[in-house]
Amino acid sequence: MKELRVQPIMNGTVIDHITPGKALKVLHILGLPKPESTSTISVAINVPGKTCKKDIVKIEDRELESSEVDRIALIAPNATINIIRNYDVVEKHRVNIPEELIGIVRCSNPTCVTNSTEPVQHRFTVVSKNPLRVKCQYCLREPADIENHIL
Amino acid sequence: MNCFKGRDVVSVNDFTNAEIEHILDVAEKMVPIARGEEKNRIMDGRVMASLFFEPSTRTRLSFEAAMYRLGGKVIGFSDASGTSVKKGETLADTIRMADAYSDVIAMRHPLMGSARLAAEFSKVPVLNGGDGAGQHPTQCLLDLFTIRSEKGKIGGNKVVLLGDLKYGRTVHSLTSALSRFGCEMTFVAPEQLQMPKEVINECIEHGVTPCLSTNLAEALADADVLYVTRIQKERFPDAAEYERVAGLYIVNKELLSGCKKDLIVMHPLPRVNEIHPDVDSTPHAAYFRQAFNGVPVRMALISLVLGAME
Ligand SMILES: [Zn+2]
Repeated sequence: MKELRVQPIMNGTVIDHITPGKALKVLHILGLPKPESTSTISVAINVPGKTCKKDIVKIEDRELESSEVDRIALIAPNATINIIRNYDVVEKHRVNIPEELIGIVRCSNPTCVTNSTEPVQHRFTVVSKNPLRVKCQYCLREPADIENHIL
Repeated sequence: MNCFKGRDVVSVNDFTNAEIEHILDVAEKMVPIARGEEKNRIMDGRVMASLFFEPSTRTRLSFEAAMYRLGGKVIGFSDASGTSVKKGETLADTIRMADAYSDVIAMRHPLMGSARLAAEFSKVPVLNGGDGAGQHPTQCLLDLFTIRSEKGKIGGNKVVLLGDLKYGRTVHSLTSALSRFGCEMTFVAPEQLQMPKEVINECIEHGVTPCLSTNLAEALADADVLYVTRIQKERFPDAAEYERVAGLYIVNKELLSGCKKDLIVMHPLPRVNEIHPDVDSTPHAAYFRQAFNGVPVRMALISLVLGAME
């Protein structure tokens, strides 16, 4: 019998096929664990998959919202989101990088107006999904290291 | 072509080639009024807010002259000191105020993207007079207007861009626009100040493969337009290196004697020593006419976005 590395969960979200090594970053982006929450979170890193290694994150008693999922897509573009209710997968979809990133990534240009005290959100147009290229809608610059500028 | 009334002018990329040609057509009609030869009051009773968060004499004066020539009035400031901006007011709030007091806003601000932000907070049209190292569409349009009025057309000209092509803000949007109109282009610059890759790639996307060169005389052989920009001392680690490099690219009468008779020399001004004064009296010198063209082009934009011209 195949040994289960991570126990199945009753209710919550399983994020599968995360780029190996990025699981902790995914948790960080999701702001997990929340200090007030007692729900169990399991993390598996470098799990052998069918073709290559992957990371898995299981979050009990929490169903991820799509705005949160968009953020994950920036660092783990192949991740799948499985919503679990009563041990059944009731919803399964791949993360998808939206056409526009609003309030997700910070502009890396220090002289961009979005990095001042103005009441404005960071907005990027996704120029290309693979490789990921985004363009600030204000200064029109393309930040090189998007991953390090996720809000 | 979209209606111009109510539109912002943030970047020249917001306009199609046909729209740009239309703006230049209107600017052409404005020339006698800009010269004071004809009177026109189409902006009578209208107010332009001229918000210069950093000083720029040429841009501000030509915006204000444009509004006055059309019978309008101007309110505003020529630098941010002594205004509520210095007390920490956000640009968004300053714009909301100007929006309430005026029919159109002309602005210059040191931060990139500030004009885009202003356009979002303003109901009246915003004309970008330069946003830091970002866009400067009115400069680009007056450059295109100069080429068209001197040469009869924009496309098909052989244009040499000279000087600081790496950091020169206006030169990037101009290059992009010239390639959209199908100009042949040669970029002459010291290696460390050569045109950025992204701008070159943009030209190629527009179907124009520019030549890169360090030899000015060679590049000028069959050129129609020479666009000169200033090489700034601050870009060089030591003064001797600056003197050496800047000295290689001085445009003078002797250099131009080997060029086409109808080559025009342009410069966004102010110049320091990159164009020798002995060029001023030659028919090549188009830079003072170019500076004048800022007025009719800005008159055209004001009239179009306020719906006084179609
Ligand atoms: Zn930006």
